[in-house]
Amino acid sequence: MKILVPVKRVIDYNVRPRVKADGSAVDLANVKMAMNPFDEIAVEEAMRLKEAGIATEVVVVSCGLPACQETLRTALALGADRAILVETDVELQPLAVAKLLKALAVQEAPQLVILGKQAIDDDSSQTGQMLAALMGWPQAVFASKVTVVDGKAKVAREVDGGTETLEVSLPAVVTTDLRLNEPRYATLPNIMKAKKKPLVTVKPADLGVDVAPRLATLKVAEPAKRKAGAMVADVAALVDKLKNEAKVI
Amino acid sequence: MAILLIAEHDNARLKAATLNTLTAAAKIGGDIHVLVAGSGCGPAADAAARLAGVAKVLVADAAHYGDQLAENLAALVVATAQAGGYSHVLAAASSQGKNFMPRVAALLDVAQVSDIVAVESADTFVRPIYAGNILATVKSADAVKVITVRPTGFDAAGEGGSAPVEALAAGPDLGISKVVSRELTVSARPELGAAKVVVSGGRGLGSGENYHKLLEPLADKLGAALGASRAAVDAGFVPNDYQVGQTGKIVAPQLYIAVGISGAIQHLAGMKESKVIVAINKDPEAPIFQVADYGLVADLFTAIPELTAAL
Repeated sequence: MKILVPVKRVIDYNVRPRVKADGSAVDLANVKMAMNPFDEIAVEEAMRLKEAGIATEVVVVSCGLPACQETLRTALALGADRAILVETDVELQPLAVAKLLKALAVQEAPQLVILGKQAIDDDSSQTGQMLAALMGWPQAVFASKVTVVDGKAKVAREVDGGTETLEVSLPAVVTTDLRLNEPRYATLPNIMKAKKKPLVTVKPADLGVDVAPRLATLKVAEPAKRKAGAMVADVAALVDKLKNEAKVI
Repeated sequence: MAILLIAEHDNARLKAATLNTLTAAAKIGGDIHVLVAGSGCGPAADAAARLAGVAKVLVADAAHYGDQLAENLAALVVATAQAGGYSHVLAAASSQGKNFMPRVAALLDVAQVSDIVAVESADTFVRPIYAGNILATVKSADAVKVITVRPTGFDAAGEGGSAPVEALAAGPDLGISKVVSRELTVSARPELGAAKVVVSGGRGLGSGENYHKLLEPLADKLGAALGASRAAVDAGFVPNDYQVGQTGKIVAPQLYIAVGISGAIQHLAGMKESKVIVAINKDPEAPIFQVADYGLVADLFTAIPELTAAL
């Protein structure tokens, strides 16, 4: 079976994002970019399913600027078989990405689409669910364990009260949570090999998808900073402050 | 203009996040109709009818809504939203809301505005991005606004209403997914997302045994919910539903006590809206002290029992 893994290029998780001086957007100029960490987990899970003999091919997709090729090469170095770049300079929002992925899912006919539960830039947590809805497929989001048996996926997922295990028919969409696995690192020989793996580029128009944004960002700003308070000398002083100053106990 | 609010509940009672979502709906303005979908969910529907500001409660009671599966729930919400001509569809940005709401948005062919913390107008909302490091003000051009609401951004709505309750015909059972099992944490403590006091533990506690031995008596004294950092959850001290942070629960209690938590940015994203933050850590350089109202540099193994005894 084939697995499709969409990956997103985002600001590296170690970089603190800054707002442009005019407050119109986050400043992405000369900022270190990387694969969305939840998508790295998705690539890893797909590779484990392939290594276990369940999946036969892992195809990675990224949507956005030409620079997303780097993200795709990273995924290829982690073991993916081939890559598709949907190239556009339009700001892509989750619904547009879900529609692009739908067009590719129809072409590629994967049994599983595995992707991150959210991207660490816009924190939307929508794309996987939207793709599942557009395909009429079931979904298992925030996965912490995935097993595939007899044309079905059994997925443990992290929910507010604890853990819930779902059984979904395939094809299906799975989104990854932090504890699903620990992604491997790409080795140098694999990075070299990845350069020769196939990567095709298509445009949204080739897929017949209108990617115009639906939400306009009017402004971005840093939230009011929380001021550091006072240090207290001991437990007695702390209890006194909480009782008499903060009045919270 | 009318708003469809999807209640979160366990059939018997409403989840606290529904009350905060109702306040967000009231800020948008217009008639508010609450949809309660479940199995044997009459008591939850009655509770929704008693909330102040609710104009009508719609109940879809069927076995296939019992597990709140995203596929069935989204199909029902879409049909209800279209039939009622609603301008807005709202739900809490809880694990359940995050699960089914994007399906609703996609099927309506509209964008979703995730995790709003403020309402500027009927089409303009504020939402955190980059783990809460930045707030974005976004305007939706779509005919129907599909919105998830971060509960800590809004006060809980009160009671005092007596809305009519209407039964709704159930939608289809799509039968493409099912719940095999659930391992839910059973606790007599308040819900983490809605507690007035939260005691949270990190890697500094060293083990799950220490976590329970030290923090439970303190939480008992304070009537607090228990939380944890990602490091403590990853180390297996406590289950995942204890996690406070960007990808765990977002909390904003009156009092948040961070014990042995260094204060990684992902953790701060989940608790920095708390009214009063107390940090207890033996490392004076720990970043948690930069957001704490009261910081105590101390060995938690002596400080916590001392604090528990002093309360």
